Amino acid sequence: MKFEKHNYHLVDPSPWPLLGSLAVIILAFGAVHYFGTGNSFVSPGSDPNEVVRGSMTPMLIGFTLVILTMIFWWKDVIKESHSGFHNKIVQIGLKYGMVLFIASEVCFFVAFFWAFFDVSLPGQYEWRDAIGGAWPPQGEGYLKPETMHAWGIPLINTIILLSSGGTLTWAHHALRKNNRKQLIIGLIVTLILGVIFTYLQAYEYHEAKFGITEGIYPSTFYMATGFHGFHVVVGSTFLLVCLIRSIQGHFTPDHHVGFEAAAWYWHFVDVVWIFLFTVVYWWGTI
Amino acid sequence: MAYSTTAGHHAHGHPTGWKRWLFSTNHKDIGTMYLIFAIVAGLTGLGMSLAMRAELAEPGLQVLGGDHQLYNTLISMHGLIMIFAMVMPAMIGGFGNWFVPIMIGAPDMAFPRMNNISFWLLIPGFLCMIMAYQHQMGSGWTFYPPLSSKVGHPGSGVDYLILGVHILGASSILGAINFITTIFNMRAPGMTLHKMPLFVWAILVTVFLLLLSLPVLAGAITMLLTDRNFGTSFFDPAGGGDPMLFQHLFWFFGHPEVYVLIIPGFGVISHIVSTFSKKPIFGYLGMAYAMVAIGVVGFAVWAHHMYTAGMDIDTRAYFNAATLVIAVPTGIKIFSWLATMWGGSISFKTPMLWALGFIFLFTVGGVTGVVLANAGLDFALHDTYYVVGHFHYTMSIAAVFGIFGSFYYWFSKMFGKEYSEGLGKLHFWLTFIGVNLTFFPMHFLGLAGMPRRIPDYPDAYAGWHSISSIGAYISAIGVLVFLYLVFKALLSGKKAVANPWGEGATTLEWTVSSPPPFHTFGDKVPKT
Repeated sequence: MKFEKHNYHLVDPSPWPLLGSLAVIILAFGAVHYFGTGNSFVSPGSDPNEVVRGSMTPMLIGFTLVILTMIFWWKDVIKESHSGFHNKIVQIGLKYGMVLFIASEVCFFVAFFWAFFDVSLPGQYEWRDAIGGAWPPQGEGYLKPETMHAWGIPLINTIILLSSGGTLTWAHHALRKNNRKQLIIGLIVTLILGVIFTYLQAYEYHEAKFGITEGIYPSTFYMATGFHGFHVVVGSTFLLVCLIRSIQGHFTPDHHVGFEAAAWYWHFVDVVWIFLFTVVYWWGTI
Repeated sequence: MAYSTTAGHHAHGHPTGWKRWLFSTNHKDIGTMYLIFAIVAGLTGLGMSLAMRAELAEPGLQVLGGDHQLYNTLISMHGLIMIFAMVMPAMIGGFGNWFVPIMIGAPDMAFPRMNNISFWLLIPGFLCMIMAYQHQMGSGWTFYPPLSSKVGHPGSGVDYLILGVHILGASSILGAINFITTIFNMRAPGMTLHKMPLFVWAILVTVFLLLLSLPVLAGAITMLLTDRNFGTSFFDPAGGGDPMLFQHLFWFFGHPEVYVLIIPGFGVISHIVSTFSKKPIFGYLGMAYAMVAIGVVGFAVWAHHMYTAGMDIDTRAYFNAATLVIAVPTGIKIFSWLATMWGGSISFKTPMLWALGFIFLFTVGGVTGVVLANAGLDFALHDTYYVVGHFHYTMSIAAVFGIFGSFYYWFSKMFGKEYSEGLGKLHFWLTFIGVNLTFFPMHFLGLAGMPRRIPDYPDAYAGWHSISSIGAYISAIGVLVFLYLVFKALLSGKKAVANPWGEGATTLEWTVSSPPPFHTFGDKVPKT
């Protein structure tokens, strides 16, 4: 049999996986401790303030340790990239990894859209007494009939997020033309748009006339938009890291996997929002 | 290759001592740790099943002292531990890690450090499962609401279980990303997709199923978690929610999941049958694409688990028809294995016995599966012991036979020692007789109306139940033989040669020493 030298990156032993999973133990056990033993959620509409919670501290410690592990882990990845381990074929592998991760994220959102369609499609709501047999819910009592309307803040947010996709592409083109100044400006504008989006989303929640405990409409609404909002925060953090790395000159026109991964992630968050806007905000409330 | 790089020339010290294992980035070491974990979890799950069979050995209260929630906890955690902590870690994490890179001529997995966290996440996941057991999580492995809601399980058991499944799911998704990237990006020169060994094809299909189905389960159990702890009403009709939604989401994951358990077995059985028949596998491409077809169609049959849950007749008709379609690619596999053996020079070494056992068990389970696929019949058989018999034949004991087949096929390769052929055969026959005695009578019990998930039963069922329990004890003796065999082989086994199976064994792992070097092919890759 013939052999030839390989170009793959064999990573050196690392403490982060083990330490990360220890952090996950603290996070998980801390979370159950925080959930507490209160039994108030037997019926919807019960007062969330009556729930007896445990302390949040262990969960937050676990969460902090998980984040720290990620920071050290990815610092190592960046270090390895600077040492020249990320040659062309290794870059292809990293890109495969990111695309597959995003594919799994898409399937995560499938569950929440499924929950939404399970109640909102014709034939699915008529028999549900708690929402008055109607979608959007028309029930009496604790189930408030208010819904979120599409043409206010959600429309503005759609424009903001779509524009941020454009400014990010601008940054990417600048990067490929080795124009670091425009790259940095493009990333800063994208980040500002992301922060405005998150702020408006928080404002919308704050002004909402319904709480998450008030039946199936608020449940599906807050779950789907909430997880999207969480992904916006993650994506913004990813872009912030890219901004810092751009300022430090980490990226070159033909080697910037971290930037591309962040851009793909941002576009994925963007696409999820378009579905949320058309389905949950607009179609779901007419 | 044209790529200029320093990566391939980087000198890698061989880590030693505890760091070699705890900080490992080596696919073979991580695979070994996965196998050890799977054995520990398997013994835990086995202990639970023995407690169940002891309780069911005779009518009336037996060993559990009338604690029926303990029985519920045992059946639930037996299923969850065996699926998430035994079969998947053994087949995908263990043998997949060990042999996928070698078989495609890759130096390691694509993301060696991520590979390690896939393993280490099993520990928090398993601890959460142990805590769920401690808190009497007894809602069945499917944890349907409202039984798994606060109404049915007010304690912390289900919360621990949900987080445990989240963690094990994250581990599997990271593993899936790793395997797909490895297989697509790291095949040796000349190793085209259509030349890949069938075990690699099997793992590829399996991890795609995991990548696309596990996140849906993650979403479902997140909603269950918020229903329990934050007052949402996804699955609660009192707030306009729908318990059926959980069943749909669960089985959209759950049905691909049962193929996740069995498809790696398909892969390895092809290698064993071919090796010990001294013939190439019959219909290689058909075998590969049959697995792809099973994977694809497997995403479109989930509601056959829910025939009695109240779906309309058209939906049931569709899922009935779609489910029967699965029998076609499955039949292709069974008959191709038979055709591989046809006219072959067959030697009945231990791995071959397990492979033949696999084919027999999977065929029995497949035939009862065709019965259960019929919505009309399933109305009578749903939630009876017929179903318990069926799914143990297919995804449980057939999967276990796949694991033991792999273990004996690759033991000398992995550990460089030979096991005792006599003890291996004894292990096989004890297990084969044991599991058939345990599970075949369950079909009769189910046809006679014995419901599953019940710790007691009328005297009329006593006969078959007692035989079933005797079978379980025989299989347990088989496990003791297995453990003795492993220790004996590791401590005093003869040194193994590179290829103990002769000309039938054609894949790349047989070209390297037993055990293979720390970096299998040095700093090179083979050209095939």
